[in-house]
Amino acid sequence: MRKLLMGNHAISVGATLSRVQVIAAYPITPQTQVVEMLSEIVADGKLNAEFIKVESEHSAMAACIGASTTGARAFTATSAQGLLLMHELLHWAAHGRLPIVMANVNRAVAPGWTIWTDQNDSLSQRDTGWIQFYVADNQEVLDTIILGYKLAEKVHLPVMVNLDAFVLSHTYEAVEVPDQEKVDAFLPPFNPEWKMDVKNPRAFGGLTSSDVYMEFQYNHHEAMEQSKKVIAETCGEFEKIFGRKYGLLEEYRMEDSEYVMVTSGTISKTSRIVVDELREKGVKIGILRVRTFRPFPGEEIAAALAGKKKAFVIDRNISYGKSGIFYDEIKGALYNKGMNLPLFGFVIGLGGRDVTPAHLHEIVDYGMKHDRPTEEIIWMGVKK
Amino acid sequence: MNFKPGKKVVLEKLADYPLMPASLADMTHNFTGSWRNMRPVIDYDKCINCGTCWKFCPEPAIYIEDNKVNVNYYFCKGCGICVSECPKKCITFEEEGK
Ligand code: SF4
Ligand code: SF4
Repeated sequence: MRKLLMGNHAISVGATLSRVQVIAAYPITPQTQVVEMLSEIVADGKLNAEFIKVESEHSAMAACIGASTTGARAFTATSAQGLLLMHELLHWAAHGRLPIVMANVNRAVAPGWTIWTDQNDSLSQRDTGWIQFYVADNQEVLDTIILGYKLAEKVHLPVMVNLDAFVLSHTYEAVEVPDQEKVDAFLPPFNPEWKMDVKNPRAFGGLTSSDVYMEFQYNHHEAMEQSKKVIAETCGEFEKIFGRKYGLLEEYRMEDSEYVMVTSGTISKTSRIVVDELREKGVKIGILRVRTFRPFPGEEIAAALAGKKKAFVIDRNISYGKSGIFYDEIKGALYNKGMNLPLFGFVIGLGGRDVTPAHLHEIVDYGMKHDRPTEEIIWMGVKK
Repeated sequence: MNFKPGKKVVLEKLADYPLMPASLADMTHNFTGSWRNMRPVIDYDKCINCGTCWKFCPEPAIYIEDNKVNVNYYFCKGCGICVSECPKKCITFEEEGK
């Protein structure tokens, strides 16, 4: 059924269709409506789940960890400062190999206090061992929650679904809401072999000597590497049932392109306007959207950029003293492929500053006019 | 005491490893009693069997058998909580190895 849904409600509907069993969350702008709607759904008896009200995001993730350890399907949602408060437990969930799914509404980090979007909250969680998706519309929000559980439960890793604050979270779009039967067929009940079970007692996360610690890290990394294949496979299963196609990357007018805008999140959709306009003028340009940040699809990005003349990486985030974060990672991915195409790194739209087609035209113009970048960051829209 | 410790499993190769950092069996091979410097000893002449020590022991290393509280020295880590909580002050703390 087609419905008008804001991004936040697309999350709640996705979690409900996934038949989550435990929800533990703390409200934070711009995520609040996710939790509001879920608490109503549970209170109305429309979802057989335990809704745990907690005093902080640290506790929300702790409750999800407990629930997931017993084999329950656990869900939470947060944003910015809330995600940062969870940080310790993000490591715990991932190294504990717990298939929790979390929606994070990308909001810039304070101070100055802010509620508007950029990606520094979730990108600061890069090394916690979570799978990270960056989505670009509300359909993808809903679908990626369902896909996320399927994937998480296959590879035993938690999944973070990131969406832009307000641009998606509070914006209504037409969303195809799948039938429950179809979702049930795609996502059967979760019954893991490894779980807390009073009949078969074991200790979880106990003291691990240096004799044995490293292999757990090796296995975690291997699972992450494997999950690239599993993402492709799971997206294939999803497409068969629901008819919508997703992957590690998304390409737009890339086939014969010479120039590439490399994007993530909703900027990718705004970029389509720019690419269409430039194509009309004969500029061979396309978009490579990075949908999966961890595991990082370095090989796949290198393959997509092979033979291109220039690429323009657009980051709504920053690693202070370095560059845009996607830019840095993409540059690293090309080095051992012997690829040396001019790769420009733009930082734009921090703290939710609007990114319009005019700004994106400016980015392409800059890239066209310069042979190679001379700086790690080309700042867009800073009042200098 | 009817207690048989579980087997300690050694993780020699990757294939021995559990999915997540979890023990392969229960933790009854993990003798926290080896940490103990001080040993709680119950004076049964004064003990009124109130169960306070049983309730407070964090390990829990106090068990009830034949209607009496007993210390399981495999696991008693010698923290002294029972000693300080006993209302009859009938648990003495004795130095180990003396
Ligand atoms: S000393 Fe501590 S561990 Fe030992 S029996 Fe008393 S309370 Fe339990
Ligand atoms: S607390 Fe003291 S009196 Fe009570 S059962 Fe234990 S040893 Fe006996």
